[in-house]
Amino acid sequence: MKVENNVTRTFSNLAQKNEKALIGYIVGGYPTLDLSRKIIEQLILSGVDIIEIGVPFSDPMADGPMIQDAFVKTLNSGISPKDCLTLVKSIREKDKQTPMLLMTYSNILYSNGLEKFLIQSKNCDIDGFIVPDLNFEEADDYLDITNKLGLSTVFLTSPNTSIQRLRRIIALSTGFVYMVSVFGITGSRNKFEKYTFDSISRSKAIVSSYSKHLAVGFGISTPKDGQRMIESGADGIIVGSSLVNIITKNKNDQSKMLSELDIFVKELKTICKVSN
Amino acid sequence: MKRNTDLGKFGAYGGRYVPETLIPALEDLDIWYQRLKVDKSFQRELGRLLTNFAGRSTPLYYANNLTKSLGGPKIYLKREDLLHSGAHKINNTLGQALIAKKMGKTRIIAETGAGQHGVATSIASAVFDLKSEIYMGAKDVERQQLNVFRMNLLNSKVHSVQSGSKTLKDAINEALRDWIANVQDTHYLIGSVMGPHPFPTMVRDFQSVIGKEIKEQIRKLTGKLPDAVIACVGGGSNAIGSFFPFINDKKVKLIGVEAGGEGIRTGFHAATLSKGRMGIFHGMKSYILQDENGQISEAHSISAGLDYPGIGPEHANLMDTARATYPHVTDKEAVKAFMQLSKLEGIIPALESAHAVAYIIKNAKNFKKDETVVITVSGRGDKDLQIVRDYLSQSDGSLKKNMQARGVIHS
Repeated sequence: MKVENNVTRTFSNLAQKNEKALIGYIVGGYPTLDLSRKIIEQLILSGVDIIEIGVPFSDPMADGPMIQDAFVKTLNSGISPKDCLTLVKSIREKDKQTPMLLMTYSNILYSNGLEKFLIQSKNCDIDGFIVPDLNFEEADDYLDITNKLGLSTVFLTSPNTSIQRLRRIIALSTGFVYMVSVFGITGSRNKFEKYTFDSISRSKAIVSSYSKHLAVGFGISTPKDGQRMIESGADGIIVGSSLVNIITKNKNDQSKMLSELDIFVKELKTICKVSN
Repeated sequence: MKRNTDLGKFGAYGGRYVPETLIPALEDLDIWYQRLKVDKSFQRELGRLLTNFAGRSTPLYYANNLTKSLGGPKIYLKREDLLHSGAHKINNTLGQALIAKKMGKTRIIAETGAGQHGVATSIASAVFDLKSEIYMGAKDVERQQLNVFRMNLLNSKVHSVQSGSKTLKDAINEALRDWIANVQDTHYLIGSVMGPHPFPTMVRDFQSVIGKEIKEQIRKLTGKLPDAVIACVGGGSNAIGSFFPFINDKKVKLIGVEAGGEGIRTGFHAATLSKGRMGIFHGMKSYILQDENGQISEAHSISAGLDYPGIGPEHANLMDTARATYPHVTDKEAVKAFMQLSKLEGIIPALESAHAVAYIIKNAKNFKKDETVVITVSGRGDKDLQIVRDYLSQSDGSLKKNMQARGVIHS
């Protein structure tokens, strides 16, 4: 099923300019709600094409220490899932365009009442969801409601996912397909192995046959990493822990934080502009 | 359009909620398990180990003194405490380690709270010559130094988990993260009837040996089925193992006793079925202790083995369908039962198992004199001596006075 939405339009528009998508992940409400709003605005200004907002969960099994720590601190400061929705709403006063996706775990969605939470999200102009512990087998309700509301779905695939499963994942992903680059959790890596690039090439061919887009994430910490993903066929790269790292490192110096984010994002954006 | 399959569902509960990376490993495990479950040579090999190494079958013992002191019902104790390693956990670890070996895995990881499952996993890994690494919350490592040493002796590496609340639930998170990274050569040996499919089913099947033996033994002893089977419930493996062979025997009451901690109104408890609500945690849909936003709560119990904010999905379904009931007893009642069973029967139960004993002490009057109940003594209490001693020296009132009078502790 071919779907058009804010997320797919972003990929298509970039493709016309011969660009790949730069997708930036930050933790909603970290280090504070106000600052996370400024951070998102900075990221967009510096060149991030799609924003992912992590909604803190107490037990994030797919996340490494960098994001775990940010979650713990954010939860301790009393940030709730609803705060992440109003965060997007407040950014929407200035920016109607940039796709914003929430990334969180199943329990946050279900515990708050799945339909209620998804409707609230829609009302805050959130474009869609990434749920790393929700597989398509368990996603009937979620798919029915997101489809009804016109929220984009992004399912994850991994280097060991079978072709048969990958096809289902692609078919059910209305935003893009999120390929996890490695066997592992989020967080920077010193190097990637050959299997990562092979998996990207293999997956890209199938994703393209559905006229959909493939973005690769987990562990990308340098422009060079990103470049290799793009050369292997990725339509977009997702950078999370590295951004969170800059935020954590500079949490007491806002202007330094924003300028370091600016520099890093511009470097990443450069490699997303592919010349033929 | 219904896209769903019924993989590992118990009513509305169970399923498989994990990162995509783990799906091939879970599918593979399920296929192997389905195959080996009906493989005679596998069952023979496991049966031999359970008999010759672990010490099955375990006795069903008529607790004459306890029965007399309560004035009925007739109480039988299923003596899982007599197994090698001191608890029922080994029924599962031997089974899963043998599967892992057959699958060609070379490395075992496991979570542990107080250390019992870590020890049972270390033992099974030693038997099958598998590399073994155990994740344990930093707080538990601190509290359970001796069990850490025990695991080291058995050739396991113990990782002290510093994340989150630094207890069992965080040890499980960390083990899952390890599994995601090392899924090719590693088997995650989950210690209870929890987690993603096929674990709740597979672990139940390995623990059902308890209930099968109970059924045979009680028939031999009394000529009929028991009126009730009672077991403690944390994740719920010894309880489901005791219950499962009786599920279709509708006249047999199934009673799972949860840890009420300091009382279920205090917030310091592990009574997941009484106070939790439906959620998705550690790969399964079940009852979960959580706050209004869906953040997982910490559980509290004097018994480390019951100190878990989730519960096996099959128990959630047994409660919803009213096939089993899930009362709770407090720390204080459990300690009292711990002492009473020691004094009356010469059996020092694990604090976990003491919860099941406490239930019958509290509720004996609700049974007829000639009814029979079976209580699963899931483990022995050696590991809990220090904890009980500390508890008694801190607590006030009759418990302490009673102990002082008997010279167990000094005033």
